[in-house]
Amino acid sequence: MIRVQREDFDVGLELEQLTKGNPRIGGVASFIGLVRDLGGGDRVEALTLEHYPGMTERKLAEIEAEANRRWPLDASLIIHRYGRLEPGDRIVLVATASPHREAALAACHFLIDWLKTDAPFWKSEETPQGERWVAARSEDDEATRRWKVTK
Amino acid sequence: MRLLYFAWLRAKIGTAEEELALPRGVEDVAGLLEWLKSRGPGYAEALKNLETVRVAVNQDYVGPEHRVRDGDEVAIFPPVTGG
Repeated sequence: MIRVQREDFDVGLELEQLTKGNPRIGGVASFIGLVRDLGGGDRVEALTLEHYPGMTERKLAEIEAEANRRWPLDASLIIHRYGRLEPGDRIVLVATASPHREAALAACHFLIDWLKTDAPFWKSEETPQGERWVAARSEDDEATRRWKVTK
Repeated sequence: MRLLYFAWLRAKIGTAEEELALPRGVEDVAGLLEWLKSRGPGYAEALKNLETVRVAVNQDYVGPEHRVRDGDEVAIFPPVTGG
């Protein structure tokens, strides 16, 4: 399941709902992305996430489908927020569930790496020096490339 | 066609969205970007370095040789920074 929303989410509740009623699930892996208070050496007071409504949901659904093709998952969830967020706020939740830990852990790692380079979101930071757009990191491209078999 | 701009490309161009007829002589994404550069200083500045520009047609990433048609939704934006 994927969700793109302005509101915060309750991690405990989301994970509970992900596995509810499915006793086949033996492991859940999750990644939670938070707003950091430092960016490019400057203090970050807030972050605004812009996205491309329509394409964002479509790309997230594609990435989730790809994870389900590669690993035997019983459930998966991606929640990504947009709008203005402050340091410590949650940005993203990726969670995967499967009978055994290997598939859940690998799929969770894959999803967050791939999401970072494929999902159309852009961050703008408010710093004491003014507002600026965050530049893409080549390390993120490298991280995604590790997973690429074909594409 | 419908053109959408995001992040600093939107800020430099000065609009988030515009409708226009497929310009005469424009056949692909590369041609469209070249044509857009001639529309004004904001466009020229935004599209100066195409290595920092990504394009999606009808919500799929495409390369410069992808053909464009009237009725397409063409989105132009910088490399993504979500997650």
